[in-house]
Amino acid sequence: MFDRLFRFFTSLRLTVVLLAFGIVLVFVGTVAQADEGLYNAQARYFKHWFVWGITMFGHRIPIGLPGGYLIGTLLLINLVAAHIKRFQLTTKKIGIQLTHAGVILLLVGQLTTDLFSRETQIRFSEGQTRSYAESGMNYELAFITDADADTEEVVAIPARLLAKGGELKHEKLPFAVHVKRYWLNSDPSFRAPMIQNEPPVTTNGLARSFDFRPAAETKSMDSKNVPTALIEIVAPGGSLGAWVVSGWAGDDLMVEALRESFSRQMGEQMATSIINRLTEPQTVEAGGKQFAFVLRPARVYEPYSLTLLKATHSIYRGTDIPKDFRSRVRLENSRTGESREVEIFMNSPLRYGGQTFYQYQMAAGELARRAGQVPSSTLQVVRNPSWLTPYAGCIMVAAGLVTQFMIHLVGFVARRKTA
Amino acid sequence: MKKRLPLILTGLMAAWFLCTLRAPKEKDFAYAEFGGLPIVFNGRVQPIDSLARNSLLQLREKQTANLEPWKGWNEKPKIIPAIEWLANVMMKPDAADEWPVFRVDHPELIALLKLPEKDKQNRQDGKHYSWNQIQPSLEAMDRESKRIGGREQRKETDPSQRTPYENAVMKMHERLVLYIRLKNALQPQDAGDWAQELGEFESAVPAGVAAVRAQQAGQKYDDAAFGKFVGFVRRFDVMRRFEPPLLVPPRHPDISRDNWMRVGDALIGTARGESIHPSVRYYAAMASAFQEGKADDFNQKVAEYRAALTPSFAPELAKASRELFFNRMQPFYKAMVFYVLAGVLAGASWFGLSDLLRRSAVWLIGLALVIHTCGLVMRMVLEGRPPVTNLYSSAIFIGWGACVLGLVLERFYKDGIGAVVSSGVGFITLIIAHHLALGGDTMEMMRAVLDTNFWLATHVVVVTLGYASTFVAGALALIYIVRGVFTRTLNAARGKSLTRMVYGIVCFATLFSFVGTVLGGIWADQSWGRFWGWDPKENGALIIVLWNALILHLRWGGMIRERGLINCAIVGNIVTSWSWFGVNMLEIGLHSYGFTQAAFKWLIGFVVSQLFIIALGLLPRHLWVSFRDQAVAPAAVGAKGKPAPAT
Repeated sequence: MFDRLFRFFTSLRLTVVLLAFGIVLVFVGTVAQADEGLYNAQARYFKHWFVWGITMFGHRIPIGLPGGYLIGTLLLINLVAAHIKRFQLTTKKIGIQLTHAGVILLLVGQLTTDLFSRETQIRFSEGQTRSYAESGMNYELAFITDADADTEEVVAIPARLLAKGGELKHEKLPFAVHVKRYWLNSDPSFRAPMIQNEPPVTTNGLARSFDFRPAAETKSMDSKNVPTALIEIVAPGGSLGAWVVSGWAGDDLMVEALRESFSRQMGEQMATSIINRLTEPQTVEAGGKQFAFVLRPARVYEPYSLTLLKATHSIYRGTDIPKDFRSRVRLENSRTGESREVEIFMNSPLRYGGQTFYQYQMAAGELARRAGQVPSSTLQVVRNPSWLTPYAGCIMVAAGLVTQFMIHLVGFVARRKTA
Repeated sequence: MKKRLPLILTGLMAAWFLCTLRAPKEKDFAYAEFGGLPIVFNGRVQPIDSLARNSLLQLREKQTANLEPWKGWNEKPKIIPAIEWLANVMMKPDAADEWPVFRVDHPELIALLKLPEKDKQNRQDGKHYSWNQIQPSLEAMDRESKRIGGREQRKETDPSQRTPYENAVMKMHERLVLYIRLKNALQPQDAGDWAQELGEFESAVPAGVAAVRAQQAGQKYDDAAFGKFVGFVRRFDVMRRFEPPLLVPPRHPDISRDNWMRVGDALIGTARGESIHPSVRYYAAMASAFQEGKADDFNQKVAEYRAALTPSFAPELAKASRELFFNRMQPFYKAMVFYVLAGVLAGASWFGLSDLLRRSAVWLIGLALVIHTCGLVMRMVLEGRPPVTNLYSSAIFIGWGACVLGLVLERFYKDGIGAVVSSGVGFITLIIAHHLALGGDTMEMMRAVLDTNFWLATHVVVVTLGYASTFVAGALALIYIVRGVFTRTLNAARGKSLTRMVYGIVCFATLFSFVGTVLGGIWADQSWGRFWGWDPKENGALIIVLWNALILHLRWGGMIRERGLINCAIVGNIVTSWSWFGVNMLEIGLHSYGFTQAAFKWLIGFVVSQLFIIALGLLPRHLWVSFRDQAVAPAAVGAKGKPAPAT
């Protein structure tokens, strides 16, 4: 039994079948991106064990395929098993061995990346200091209270827990949070006094001036899901009230987008007054403390801080082709006593504290200046413990293939010469 | 004598090529000199000649202007060089507005613009129209382009959802905008005698500036001087708003060499108290001389301007001259001609006519390759970049790589096959490049994210070589099937050697495509922090790698033999063309460059043709013309088709 299993997993036929399925999957998964959206298609085809039902050029086809995880894992087992079985340390085979070892390393590296890597962003304007990075996709419901004069205490509930609904409790919170409604994606509208005739969902805070309605889950790359929830805060003595919390109010990026849209529609002054109402802090008193709460992008705090000194966005003369994006940043770490300036620009990231900081987006340069904005910059922050594996894997495979083909080629040329 | 024939043929061809490099003798106006003046457009320093050629490519898909398109080629229509056309657009627009340089193909667009049908008597070819013919319908044109553009700006639709008619409208819109930009580059488009007008402006400046200052300070001011001056400034402001090319070099090159200006900008600077920029004066003098038809005056002004630029702008002048030479050389076009010629000779040699044909072909390919290489290197020097920077240059580089590989094969096998591959792939890729060049400037500046010579030189070059070698393997396989099915020239030995070539090249392709793809991942990791993002272009490259690996494993496992390998290699053509072009058409992801629907049809056509050939390759052996005679001894063929050992 074990023998047969071992033979199955070491067979070249399995390799061939897996490669063939791999090609089909990659092709289908690429074409499907046009219909299903980049992230959705990636997750569904490449980050699952099985794929049920595929989309090709706008048509749904009800067939199943092995997913990326299944093919990758089987290929890895196949490679390792075949490696063990056929391993011979001879000069003639050294290239093949090296190549396959390199491929194994690449596959393992990608697996660990998939499991352990994390992508967040730091968004700041010139002069601002940040000691945390924010998730681009995930939100959290944060309850913030003053611990002492300098420090805040934050209890953050990830949005995916809100999505499950029901009652949420935390030992540091003197109350429970009941999730009454949760929408993964939502659209806001301002409750203009004359037009709205339905009563608001709750008479507290945000809901008095804004209505939210559910929106279809977005699939495109350049938009994101902005959640909204209706929560009730219940202390042991009884309900303290219901509130609406929304990413539209707690996510600076969304607030800015709304401000722009309002200011186009009804002028800057009106827009500012509406936005002020949108971002007005919502608070609740319980257990002798005041808690501010907000649904905001999930944060990761770091023991160091970055201050944006200067954001530069230059273009080629007479065009709008971007020439250079660069952020000059002061890096401060009280633990190590570091306080130094660094430059982060395209193709030249900063690697620090196990993370890498990349120049990601920028609102600076002529356009920002004309719009009267303070130049700002967004850094992509990636933690990926296995970032070096592709480098090593690539070198191994390249060396292996070159060795092998050179052995071939030299043999071939020699044969032709003698022939 | 007979032995030297290939050499003589190639020598003659080379001589012809060298002759075309000489600057043409010009009877009156020194257009070539004018075309060599440096300007800035698309963010880079280039000669006016490049602007002229690229603009004509955009307007009418040719680098020359045919002023009598209704005439057949045998009736000798008047064809003028791009620079002569542009000189007229910039300095004598009344004449240029009459020339039919706008190509309009779409019948609904022709109807919208109320353009005349083909009618030789009335000198209409039904495809090319002049500004004056289009101008009365500009309002209708404007309405349509605003409707489509507005819809896309509000993100209600995106460009991929346009109908063919809407595509034609938007393309026409771009062409018209370009034309207006060119007309406003050197002088306001409605200028009369520009030098004279400039003189009037100059004399109006002191009084005008004083009047404006007085007006701003709330004092009494000279109404007439104010009005005249403001009128001028408005005119120049309109001019610069069209965003024409930047003709005026920076005033202080020692501080920044980048600050080129539009003529309009330079003139408005005058209102702030600067003197009129000398370049503006020179160009104005050229324009007036040109308009009056005084060739000698014009030529003298051009020469004086060049001399005036020399002390401070020698590098720009040199760059412009180099690019002018490159434009005149048209290396890729000429290499294409030689590839065709060589391909015909090499193909003929298969039928056992004479080895002379094959040797002539190889020599000609050598010449074509030298020219091709020169072009490639000159482009690299002009751009200061590695060979591949965009889709256009990838086509040129794939052709180059394939040609080298084919010649290496020819060197070993001497059977005319490598020669046909070299010339065939070389020709086809250069044709593709030619069509890609219709978009305009092919030496555009690199966006910030791509602005790294290290990764362009490694990832892009290696992955493009991977494409090239996969195509070479595919081309060899095509030859196997076509010769086998339709001719008697594929004997067992030749079949075996072709198979060996395909196998060797597939090995090569695996190496390059794998290393190239992984390097791309590493670049992505360097620039935005993720090694692999399942982006369409990455996936396309991955499919090539997987496919090549699959072929090798099939072969090593003995699951395919001679014909199996051949058919697999043709699938490689499909896979590679998908990665090269197909993924761009999905209009998603980071690598999408925006693409026309016409290219999509060609891609589908190519894929269908390859599938057809694979179907031929699957025909039973007795239907193959080459194998019919050998069918008596199938065992022997089978033995030869045995797989290679797995090392």
